[in-house]
Amino acid sequence: MSRTARVGLFLAAAAVFAVVFTLACTGLPHFGAASHPYGTRAVAAALRHRTANVISSVNFDQRAFDTLGEESILFASVLGAVALLRPARDERESSPLPLRVPPSTRLIGAILLPLTLLTGVYIVAHGQLSPGGGFQGGVVLATGLHLAYVAADYRALRRVRPLVVLEVADAVAAGAFALLGLAGLIAGSGYLRNVLPLGTFNQLSSGGLVPVINAAVGLEVGSGLVVLLAGFLDQAVEIDTPPAAQDGDRA
Amino acid sequence: MTILPYLAAGWIFLAGLYGMVTSRNIIRTIGCLSVAQSATYVLLLAIGYRRGGTAPVFSDASPRSRVVDPVVQALTLTDVVVGATVTALLLALAIQLRKRHGTLDPDALTGLKG
Amino acid sequence: MNDANTLNGYLIAVALVLVTATATAAALTREPVRQAIVLGLLGLELAVLFTALQAPDVALSQLAVGGALTPLLIVLTVRKVRREAAERPDASGDGDPGAGSGPR
Repeated sequence: MSRTARVGLFLAAAAVFAVVFTLACTGLPHFGAASHPYGTRAVAAALRHRTANVISSVNFDQRAFDTLGEESILFASVLGAVALLRPARDERESSPLPLRVPPSTRLIGAILLPLTLLTGVYIVAHGQLSPGGGFQGGVVLATGLHLAYVAADYRALRRVRPLVVLEVADAVAAGAFALLGLAGLIAGSGYLRNVLPLGTFNQLSSGGLVPVINAAVGLEVGSGLVVLLAGFLDQAVEIDTPPAAQDGDRA
Repeated sequence: MTILPYLAAGWIFLAGLYGMVTSRNIIRTIGCLSVAQSATYVLLLAIGYRRGGTAPVFSDASPRSRVVDPVVQALTLTDVVVGATVTALLLALAIQLRKRHGTLDPDALTGLKG
Repeated sequence: MNDANTLNGYLIAVALVLVTATATAAALTREPVRQAIVLGLLGLELAVLFTALQAPDVALSQLAVGGALTPLLIVLTVRKVRREAAERPDASGDGDPGAGSGPR
């Protein structure tokens, strides 16, 4: 299809979409409306299970099975990306020369690295109480670790990043989520049903299974993203593709 | 007036789609996809907003206080992180594409034509 | 209480306008590295919008993902592609060869 035909097709489709979408929006409850039947019920259910952060309760208790699906997508895409990015047989690795980093950058990095990791752990651990949880804390942990690269060089990052351990941790955490659901079956209720004692509202140990699943997700997201970024960094910094690998017919 | 935030989400979606249609570089296509994806976040959170409501976190609020809808927030939250890994998968595919076909222009990938 | 509500309403309106404008700009930017920077800006503005919409959980993950992770991944991909282009200049070009310099 030619470029102009494609843009023409897009404009026609966009016009239809715009009309239908606007009509649909007029039928939605107005922005800021007071009535949210699902929200009200979710809040009531979360308070019954003594989970202060309703979003964590929805994610890891009320809709935990749905989140299991989501984290399987995450696991599968990390797996796929790492498989695609692994060095091919005809590629060679070259170590980049260490760069000279200003001492002030080094100092700030050395101070910020533990602080960021601590913040990440705090966000994961308090997921059932305050804004935060496994998904957000995991991302903070994974990106925070790369301060080692900013402050020093690639070899420093490699030292603080035991890839084999993290790969195993990623898989174990993903499996732990699925296995934790079995606790409900053993206790005689449904899969991923909250069976642990619910604890006291607004305490670190409240919410039953929520903090446990939360920690598993935090570990999975954190280690998965580090493994993912390692694949990209290796490709971008270390791996050279020889011209012979690019014949074009090897699809 | 009261549906303007929804219409803004629709506009962002169409802008991202336009970028994808006119792209000559797979990496730019992936960037535009993440723009279109963020439209869904704006739409979901706008629908869940309740005027005068606070965040649905009760660690320092009374359990009877007025809060916004937590369900759409939970949906958006997981998708933000999962969407990032899917973007990474697409970018890994783009790197492979460049290695094996020597181009990133979707129109130049003649080997994929039927 | 009422004053705070109107203020929050203005904040939402301003953030929404900024997000819409930046998203349009990001979709129209042709050069991937420049697009990555605009996408990072969009991620930060989305985080502000989500905070104003009383969604601190979502804002937190959007801040880390949209502001740091996605732009970083795009820049790394571009760097890898340009390294290849620099090693084999006869390839059907994308981006200027030899532009991959220094860690990002």
